[in-house]
Amino acid sequence: MSAISAKAATSAVELARKGVTRSRSARDAWEFVIRGLLGGTALISIAITVGIISILLRETIAFIQLPEIELTDFLFGTTWSPLLGAEKHFGIWPLICGTFLVSIVAAMTAIPLGLITAIYMSEYATARKRAILKPIIEILAGVPTVVYGFFALLVITPALQGACNFLFGAPIFSGYNAGAAGIAVGIMILPIVASLSEDAMQSVPRSLREGAYALGSTKFDVSVKVVTPAALSGIMASCFLAITRAIGETMVVALAAGGLAHMTLNPADQVQTMTAYMVQIFLGDAPAFGVENLSSYAVAMVLFLVTLVLSIIGNILLNRYREVYE
Amino acid sequence: MRAISIRTRRILKNRAFLALCLFSTSATILILALLIASIMVQGSHFLFNSDALSAVFAHGELSQLTKIIRWEFLTNFASRFPEKAGIYAAVIGSLWVCAICALLALPLGIGTAIYLEEFAPKNRWTALVDFNIRNLAGVPSIVYGILGLTAFTRMFGLFGTDKNSALSFGPDNAWWHIQLPFGQGLLAGGLTLMLVVLPIVIISSREALRAVPSSLRQASLAIGATPWQTASKITLPAAIPSILTGAILAMSRAMGEAAPLLVLGIPVFIANTPDNLNDNFTVLPFQIFNWAGRPQESFHQLAASAIVVLLIALICFNGVAVYLRQKLRNPLA
Repeated sequence: MSAISAKAATSAVELARKGVTRSRSARDAWEFVIRGLLGGTALISIAITVGIISILLRETIAFIQLPEIELTDFLFGTTWSPLLGAEKHFGIWPLICGTFLVSIVAAMTAIPLGLITAIYMSEYATARKRAILKPIIEILAGVPTVVYGFFALLVITPALQGACNFLFGAPIFSGYNAGAAGIAVGIMILPIVASLSEDAMQSVPRSLREGAYALGSTKFDVSVKVVTPAALSGIMASCFLAITRAIGETMVVALAAGGLAHMTLNPADQVQTMTAYMVQIFLGDAPAFGVENLSSYAVAMVLFLVTLVLSIIGNILLNRYREVYE
Repeated sequence: MRAISIRTRRILKNRAFLALCLFSTSATILILALLIASIMVQGSHFLFNSDALSAVFAHGELSQLTKIIRWEFLTNFASRFPEKAGIYAAVIGSLWVCAICALLALPLGIGTAIYLEEFAPKNRWTALVDFNIRNLAGVPSIVYGILGLTAFTRMFGLFGTDKNSALSFGPDNAWWHIQLPFGQGLLAGGLTLMLVVLPIVIISSREALRAVPSSLRQASLAIGATPWQTASKITLPAAIPSILTGAILAMSRAMGEAAPLLVLGIPVFIANTPDNLNDNFTVLPFQIFNWAGRPQESFHQLAASAIVVLLIALICFNGVAVYLRQKLRNPLA
């Protein structure tokens, strides 16, 4: 009797041990599978980058190799007329000029407003005011870009025209113009400047502020002469990332900036940006493999490279301030 | 005397700067108010029934209450005639495409975040992946549209054209009917939007995971849990509220995105809702873009009405995010 029970007990122990070993190896295998799956998802982001670069490169090379295209003309030409006229010109500079005009107006709107708002939120505002202000800025960030396009076309442009009519007796701004689009893009990127700069200011150590106050500084001295320089790389990063967004912004400029590619720095004129040209091509059933279609890939390549360089600079600056203070 | 004057000057400077701060902050708020007001004014024409409005508010006829809203704006298809136009197809298309985008982007994005935060060794390779994701977040959405056009809509031309498909699965009338290439179908749209929001989901999920105290992880590993057990049972539950918040914000981005879908070539006018994953669709932001770009005043009003609907949907989304954050708030995180 006791021998049987002892035998049963040992076999139970053995079974249990087997069970444990089996489950442990199963656990290890499961762990291996999970690690592989998760690592695979991480590879997708690399695949996306490789996909973008290879597609753009392939089509851009196909574009350059077309008999009617010359690389020097594309890179240095100042006439962009792919759809009009007997002779087509593909010089990228008018599109770059339009893009930068809109982005500069956007930066001139967003950077002063955003920086001052950031200083106010970080240094002056009480916790309660901050709790009200932050969601409002987040709402601005959450508004779809097509809504800003509507706003630029149907509110900002008439307002600018009305103001010029009142001041100078002529509307000056045309129905589509770079100024209104730029202001709308500026409102759109304001939250990026404000919240990233505020983060940077918040991570400046308290001791720096206390030191300045102890020397008799006013709040203005502390925020402008101590906190802002200390947070400078973060602030610069916010500006770079915001301008990256402005350059890549599509729906606002497609609605409000017009469709005439020419070299101008006058915000009252209509301009065509790189993104707006792509919209024009992809909306207007251009044949899948014609010159116009291929040219939009070449423009996309330039756009991609410009935004990539700016965003790399922005991210390097961000890493720098994180290294210093965190 | 001189010392005092310098002091007063500095104090005055401080006051002036505070005034500048208040001015620019209120300018920001004013802009938002102006934006909302101008859209409400323009949008009210097609959203509300003026007859019913006056009946209810001027004459107190409460029976007219449900007729205040012009429901046909929500239930009609797009039309050449502003009075008959509605946003039904666009709303259904937006919901479909966002659902597909969420089903694809959330597992992939959260999986990547878990891998990078919990599993990946800290080496150059991981740093490269991290750097790559940060820069992908800055790529213009229209460029993702080009990737989507080539990889999903045309599938590199490997399977013939959309109209003359080489491969298809499932009966034509089943909702899961799929053919290759995806053409301008829902699947192509959802996948393209997935490309756009994936970096955002990854970055916000990583930040959520990083905020979980590492003492929790160490305790779990110390009692013999494997890395995956630690991640799935300890870290992830603690980070879920913030991950969900980030996910919902990413989905509202997807809902407002028009540029990448425009590149795919989705139609503007469509008189049916999608039946299967390959069916054509349109989305609300694209409908708004189209209406706002027309010269006639009444189409601008239609665009404004559609914007009101879109903004209400986004506010509901964000409300859910705030609610979830409150409800799931975990003392550990």
